[in-house]
Amino acid sequence: MLQIKNLTKIYDGGVKALDNVSFEVPDGQFLAVIGLSGSGKSTLLRCINRLIEPTAGQILWNGEDITAASQEEMRRIRRKIGMVFQHFNLVHRSKVITNVLAGRLGYVNPAWSLLNRFPKEDMEKAIKQLQRVGIAEKAYQRADELSGGQQQRVGIARALMQDPKMVLADEPVASLDPVLAHSIMSHLEDINKNDGVSVLCSLHFLDLVHRYADRVVALNEGKLVFEGLPKDIDDKKFKEIYGRDAERVG
Amino acid sequence: MKNNKKASPWNSIKVGLLSLLAMVIFAYGFQITKVDLEELRSENRQQSLVRVTRALAQPEIFEYEQVEEIVNYPIYVPCLSDGNQASAPERSASDPYLVITPACANPGEVIQVEGFNFAPLTVGPVRFVPGNDPANVVSLGRENAETDSDGHFIVSMEIPDRVSDDVQFIRATLRRNIGAPHFSKTAYDTWNKIVETVFLALLATVFGTFLAIPLSFIAARNLMKTVKSPLTSISLSVLGWPIGILLGFVAVRGVGNFSAVVGSNVWVNLAGIIVSPVLAWLGLRWALPQEEITRPSQNMRFARLGVILLAVLVSFYGLFQLASLAMSIGQTLEAVLGSFSFLGYFLFQVGDIVAIITPALGGLAAGGTLSSILGRMGQLGSEKLPVSGIKSLNLILTLIAGITIMGLLGQLIEWLYEIGEPMYTLWGPMAVGAIAGLLLAVLTKPKDALPIGMVVYSITRTFLNALRSVEALVMAIVFVIAVGIGPFAGVMALGLHTIVSLAKLYSEQVESILSGPLEAIEATGANRLQTIIYAVIPQIVPPYISYTMYRWDINVRMSTIIGFVGGGGIGFLLQQNINLLNYRAASAQMLAIAVVVASMDYISSVLREKAI
Repeated sequence: MLQIKNLTKIYDGGVKALDNVSFEVPDGQFLAVIGLSGSGKSTLLRCINRLIEPTAGQILWNGEDITAASQEEMRRIRRKIGMVFQHFNLVHRSKVITNVLAGRLGYVNPAWSLLNRFPKEDMEKAIKQLQRVGIAEKAYQRADELSGGQQQRVGIARALMQDPKMVLADEPVASLDPVLAHSIMSHLEDINKNDGVSVLCSLHFLDLVHRYADRVVALNEGKLVFEGLPKDIDDKKFKEIYGRDAERVG
Repeated sequence: MKNNKKASPWNSIKVGLLSLLAMVIFAYGFQITKVDLEELRSENRQQSLVRVTRALAQPEIFEYEQVEEIVNYPIYVPCLSDGNQASAPERSASDPYLVITPACANPGEVIQVEGFNFAPLTVGPVRFVPGNDPANVVSLGRENAETDSDGHFIVSMEIPDRVSDDVQFIRATLRRNIGAPHFSKTAYDTWNKIVETVFLALLATVFGTFLAIPLSFIAARNLMKTVKSPLTSISLSVLGWPIGILLGFVAVRGVGNFSAVVGSNVWVNLAGIIVSPVLAWLGLRWALPQEEITRPSQNMRFARLGVILLAVLVSFYGLFQLASLAMSIGQTLEAVLGSFSFLGYFLFQVGDIVAIITPALGGLAAGGTLSSILGRMGQLGSEKLPVSGIKSLNLILTLIAGITIMGLLGQLIEWLYEIGEPMYTLWGPMAVGAIAGLLLAVLTKPKDALPIGMVVYSITRTFLNALRSVEALVMAIVFVIAVGIGPFAGVMALGLHTIVSLAKLYSEQVESILSGPLEAIEATGANRLQTIIYAVIPQIVPPYISYTMYRWDINVRMSTIIGFVGGGGIGFLLQQNINLLNYRAASAQMLAIAVVVASMDYISSVLREKAI
């Protein structure tokens, strides 16, 4: 159970990215986070693994206070939270397998990282994850030789290497074409349904939300404006979330 | 500001005044830099210019074996009052000989010197030899004689102002080349020195690159901005450095002494080299498990720390043994390898270097380790202890840290300037440090994370900029004093300059990497070191290679002139020849420099293309 209580983030410039946001995510749920660009979706997801330090509020995960964790504890918490990014964020010049193995960095001893060594089990595991996302044959190519869809699958494999209990996906399909979007989303769905991992996924397209999400939270200018089931988003709600001038597409 | 403003008279006046000012400044520059074309027109200047240019156009690379025909012919200056003439020297019919008309002359008169029977098509000077010794090497005046195909020449020369009752001589020295051209002595010297130059640049670049890489990380804003620590942690890690360096230095030197006691027997060394890394590896293998899911117990952690410490000491022992072995093997090899004895020399020197820097290395490693351990303890303490406890702890720690830092700085000043007044170099700074430390502890909130990363960043940047502004030539002067004249001083100077300028260029590359991968690696739970290894380093490899090549170019060029101040390389030879007005030799060296710089340019551009 992930509990977010009165979360607020004010950036150095005075921009209020999150304004007193509270909600809960039960274990194993597929939660979609929707809202306009700049509504605070990315900030919210990054506050959960503290890539961004929240200004105020509390995040509890299975009773543990993430916002109060020390650096050492944060390392142990982060390694249970996988993250998938809009721009994939692979290390371009490294091999695919190295990018996937990087998912184990929270577990391996830093002294061994100095020698670029991973345990043998991790190597086997990395290949297995690549098989799971269907690109095992690309393991020894450079990451930037892959297409966008393939790169995002490497990103998912990297998150899977962490043996995550929760996956944060920050607009995982926004840089991909619609056909690929379903392939990537179905991988996330597979992780959610078969491994019982909670997924928090920010999305732009409502049809993807309807198709994959168990529940939806919507942000507008940092405030939580909707929380409920995907089918409850009717035209009135839609205007509230996206503004009066918005039109539904797709 | 609106753009449709009409040109006002005031604007025109402003432009006019500015142009006038610019002209005045420029005119003043003429005076300062002493622009004077009159000098160029003077005949003397033009003559020497022509001479030097011609010499430069004929670099002294090849030379021939030469044979000389020297003939002296006696002459009285002025003519004897009794009308006697000097008698022509005896000769056989085939020998070359001179005929002088008139046979005697007064100073300032022009005589004609004719040569017969010389070898055909030879050249050489005709000179006046003062004094009555035909073997005298001193000669005056110079006319160039050139024989025709019959071996005959004729020149006119003015008799110089040397009056004597004794007989004096006219000497013709005609030379011709025999055999094929071969490399001159200058060419050999130039070759030797240009090789020295290239290797000087190579060593300086390698040495500089290795040290610049770690520096570049702490001089990169994007990496250091996120480094924040509470005051407790900072003051503890500041204290950790001097204590750790001292402990590490003493411990490693102890190991070194022990290693020396064991002796420099080759077999003992060899055993030491094989056994100690194995032991160290096993120890580290046990103490640093590759992956750990659960947190180990406190006792376990202490046991591991002890084992790591032992393993490190054992590996330092191995290092000393390695140094000893390298030195003894090097010595043996140097004696038996003949023309490859430089390999033995290299081995010996490497051993020596290892033996010298190992204690320093140990000190630094221990300092870093202790500092980071204490820092982490401080971090933990400030997270777990109550606020009031931290406040008083901070007061004590910053007090001690302030006193230690300022005291050490004061001692450094004492050592540099020999003030000999402990009030200014010990007690005073310590008091200042104490007050600064206390103030810091009072003014900051105890749990606040202070931007220590930016402090380190600023200090590093300042240090780099300050050192970078000192030319390598100036550094070379200092190192010539420290390690003596020769290429080693040049290596040190160029190396130091390489470190500081590469560290700056590198750190700018680190600052321009993509932040996405950094964020992604951080999100996996990687710590700072792992983030650098897996997200930063892969991104900076191409620019690092490119900059290193660029620096290698610069170092080759710099090493050609570092010899001007005694730093070794070809510069020394070049300067010497210019000072001796030996322009043909200087020209050979300039040519060598041009060839080397151009080919290095080419090689590095090819390598750069390959690497990226």
